[in-house]
Amino acid sequence: MTDAYIFDALRTPRGKGKPDGTLHEVPAVRLSAEVLNALKARNNLEGHAVEDVIWGNVTQIGEQGGCLARSAVLYSDLDERIPGVSVNRFCASGLEAVNMAANQVRGGAGQAFIAGGVESMSRVPMGTDGGAIAADPYLAMKTYFVPQGISSDIIATKFGFSRDDVDAYAVESQKRAAAARDAGRFKSIVPVRDINGLEILANDEMIRPTDMQALAALNPSFKAMGEQMPGFDAVALMKYPELERIEHVHHAGNSSGIADGAAAVLIGTKEFGEAHGLTPRARVRATSRVGTDPTIMLTGPVPATERVLAAAGMQIGDIDLFEVNEAFASVVLRFLTYFNADHDKTNVNGGAIAMGHPLGATGAIILSTLLDELERTGKEVGLATLCIGSGMGAATIIERV
Amino acid sequence: MTDFTLKTDKDGVAVITWDCPDKSMNVMTFEALGELEACVDQALGDDKVKGIVITAGKDSFAGGMDLNVLAKLRDEAGDDPAKGVFDGVMDMHRLLRKIELAGMDFKTKKGAKPVAAALPGTAMGIGYELALATHRIFMADNPKGKVGLPEIMVGLFPGAGGTTRLVRKMGAMAAAPYLLEGKTLAPGKAKSAGLIDEVVAPEALLEAAKAWVLQANEADLVKPWDAKGYKMPGGTPYHPAGFQTFIGAAAMIHSKTQGVYPAAKALLSAVYEGAQVPFDTALRVEARWFTSVVLNPVSGAMIRSLFINKGALEKGAVRPEGVDDQRVRKVGVLGAGMMGAGIALVSAMAGIEVVLLDQDQAAAERGKSYTESYMDKGISRGKATPEKKEAALALITATTDYAALKGCDLIVEAVFEDPKVKAEVTEAVEKVIGDDCIFATNTSTLPITELAKASKRPEQFIGIHFFSPVERMALVEIIKGKKTGDRAVAKALDYVRQIRKTPIVVNDARFFYANRCIIPYINEGVRMVGEGVAPALVDHAAKLLGFPVGPLQLIDETSIDLGVKIAKATKAAMGDAYPDDAVDEVIFWMAGQGRMGRKAKAGFYDYDDKGKRLGYWDGLAEKYPVREEQPDLTEVQLRLMMAQVLEAVRALEDGVLTDIREGDVGAILGWGFAPWSGGPFSWLDMIGAGKAVEICDYLTETFGARFTTPDLLRDMAGKGETFYGRFGAEAKAA
Repeated sequence: MTDAYIFDALRTPRGKGKPDGTLHEVPAVRLSAEVLNALKARNNLEGHAVEDVIWGNVTQIGEQGGCLARSAVLYSDLDERIPGVSVNRFCASGLEAVNMAANQVRGGAGQAFIAGGVESMSRVPMGTDGGAIAADPYLAMKTYFVPQGISSDIIATKFGFSRDDVDAYAVESQKRAAAARDAGRFKSIVPVRDINGLEILANDEMIRPTDMQALAALNPSFKAMGEQMPGFDAVALMKYPELERIEHVHHAGNSSGIADGAAAVLIGTKEFGEAHGLTPRARVRATSRVGTDPTIMLTGPVPATERVLAAAGMQIGDIDLFEVNEAFASVVLRFLTYFNADHDKTNVNGGAIAMGHPLGATGAIILSTLLDELERTGKEVGLATLCIGSGMGAATIIERV
Repeated sequence: MTDFTLKTDKDGVAVITWDCPDKSMNVMTFEALGELEACVDQALGDDKVKGIVITAGKDSFAGGMDLNVLAKLRDEAGDDPAKGVFDGVMDMHRLLRKIELAGMDFKTKKGAKPVAAALPGTAMGIGYELALATHRIFMADNPKGKVGLPEIMVGLFPGAGGTTRLVRKMGAMAAAPYLLEGKTLAPGKAKSAGLIDEVVAPEALLEAAKAWVLQANEADLVKPWDAKGYKMPGGTPYHPAGFQTFIGAAAMIHSKTQGVYPAAKALLSAVYEGAQVPFDTALRVEARWFTSVVLNPVSGAMIRSLFINKGALEKGAVRPEGVDDQRVRKVGVLGAGMMGAGIALVSAMAGIEVVLLDQDQAAAERGKSYTESYMDKGISRGKATPEKKEAALALITATTDYAALKGCDLIVEAVFEDPKVKAEVTEAVEKVIGDDCIFATNTSTLPITELAKASKRPEQFIGIHFFSPVERMALVEIIKGKKTGDRAVAKALDYVRQIRKTPIVVNDARFFYANRCIIPYINEGVRMVGEGVAPALVDHAAKLLGFPVGPLQLIDETSIDLGVKIAKATKAAMGDAYPDDAVDEVIFWMAGQGRMGRKAKAGFYDYDDKGKRLGYWDGLAEKYPVREEQPDLTEVQLRLMMAQVLEAVRALEDGVLTDIREGDVGAILGWGFAPWSGGPFSWLDMIGAGKAVEICDYLTETFGARFTTPDLLRDMAGKGETFYGRFGAEAKAA
């Protein structure tokens, strides 16, 4: 089997995903083109250099509809002979794009791919593309559908994470993110510029200092929809009758932020690198994707990690650094307690709670963060994993070469 | 037999009149649909006919579909019951659609003949669905008239286009109370709600409908959903507003029904899928989901117990033959406590004269004032009138004087549950009442045969077990003592019919029927807590079976001290055979901790000052720690279910129950036994005797002899029988 190498990994800074966010003015297609152009420029990707652009993108409607991947290629400086495919694995779309690219390279279906993703949550709000899982009564009842926020609270209730536990995790995430930013550790960031080359955003803008008192003042976000209208807690308790009630511990301060952003990763064979004069930074060792209980929904990182470890023939102790997407604090706490993993090796530069979670891009973003940190600390093996809507998980193990 | 007739008047209005011979209210059959179609065809094909009015020859329009017909469609379709039902339903759609389009050319929207419905009164189910297919609905201002689609109450949903048309007419959200809750409205309110178009005086009904037909223009005859540019009110599922509606609806219906009512689920799917396709496709989608519900054994069981058999019991299916009308004219209620006050209330509301007697006048007056406050509440909610209140109060005499009981033809004794007190009262009363008077004792636990010993005429002595609160609970358990005679039974049955409740008649044995089954249900729940099963799992498991309250919540309501009292008495009676020491350990300890239940604001649950239930009491987990490994939900459910169901089977074996219909209907109405199942016997039939024996054997081996398979069940399993197969004929003959 051919090895798949990562030659480069770039991302935009993450903007606040609301109308007052700095990247709100930038269409998703241009945000995509920004990172594609940067990747092309840094790696001399002239002509038909790559086989495909595999582009994670969740809310594929409006300006993100109509196969945004192809639109982004045409909008960018890439050659028109390079096609594009939008992929939707919800929150792991960006990582799924990387995994698909790596596995096509490994299987010999192309020399090189650009993988990554984008989401402008400020311009195309989450959920506006509908979805049978929530609205089709047959399916919603069959799966005991509840929104993700309720699922995150089910995790906290079932595994006993208190409000203090999740808040403490969030405070630490903010601290780590601020420290990483101040130390200039996010090497993979390329600033977003306007059509005249003027800088629009150069750094993640959602990081903010906080403490336990400040977080304690926030109201739980999912209590009303859980306990009143339409009463999702009652549905959750049908699925988990051993629980007396759902404890609502998550709020805006310990959940991932709504964000705008894009990321791109260049993946190819050794020969591709040689032909283009590129030095591989890491090898994709193994990938995984799993389906899990759709109601609790967000416990996928555990089985996805077990599966990717098995595929790599590794143990949890073989991993030097973890990136576990901070969709909600309880998701990471569940991962840490299940594997008895070291928080000091996990999300060492903060995560989505501090910097935001542009759905289609995050998977590729955390992979770039992981690679930057492996290089900075001289470590070898890193694992990135994300929980995924409707009950899925995905993971990737990379190792430096 | 002719149910529909056609007559065209001089102005060219064809009046189709629905009038089922020998029936007080019209019900629809497939034969009748054929007649209706012939009338419609004739009217549409006749050039002299300018328009059509569909009306009824009674003071109501129709009660609905003959529910036996649906079962027939299924049963007579041979190898392919789905096809039989689906084709039958599609035939209905085709006919109603023919009425709705009335000859219209779909492209030009021209050429239709006006069709109006003229409803003299109540129009339920297909009665209303037929009206919905016409162009305008007129209804007489009939005080008894109601409009609605109550199908959901018997495990179905409106399947003759009512679902599709009502949702398209008013939107999913607005239609929900009628479709999902079976809400029915009187004419005035039905008009404001948009269910019907016009309310007119009864004598002007037909003329008003005819006048409209003669002046209607072409635009009047195009239904909104057949017009260009139609948009569903409230939005279809993938419009922003509609999306939120449908997400919320699925969650609410799922939790409200605890997932055990297939009809509610299927209804919502029919609405969701139907909203996204053209009207005729939506009808086809509705028919597919409706067919799935008809084929589901749940709808059959619900129809049988909640409609057919409940109705039969109310009409006197088990009344002794050859006994004259025993309707009560004057009832003496002894004891004006909570039960007595409730019994006085329901009796007075039925127009029966009531003597409400207690030891002191103040207590008697308090009992009477219960009726006053009940009626006041009804007036404030618009459900009663000051006249009705006065009429009810005028019928109740509150007194301490036994002599006032003279002239009573029924006594209902509702004093303390103490055999001595009851005996004294019985003797005192028998001195003043007439020879014909029947004496009934209201008790939930005391054996009737024993109580009857205080009576000089035990053949006129009977048990009537009311459930609390009397005015809300639909079931009355009538208990025959060893010597109780037929006239006493007939009297009790006729009385229960007067107060519009549902009777079951059982023989005398400890706890009769209902409590005999409820007690093991509660005990099994308590026992599990003692074993370290999470209390939440116990109560939730019961709710997920469709029980209104879990066993721990139930014992908090009925009180721990009552549980202790019953346990002690039962143990005294049973001696060494007593099987529930493990239960007693928990409840005696609870009692010792002062956790007497909701009335003490402290039981298995904590309560706030107002008695609102909070969470489970922390002390419970300290004493009975929740085990790390919890049992499967299914195992907990089977224990809770079998604890009651086997008791019902034993009651049948022992002859306490003589009719499985009473066992099923009584369980649903008496203690809310999983209504979707049709009752304990229907549930056993649904899973099959063989499977039931398997479950019992497993439970016996794992949890003890209380789950021992009854011989009857094992015999049935061996023969491949069902309860309704084995006892159905008898039940019908009874």
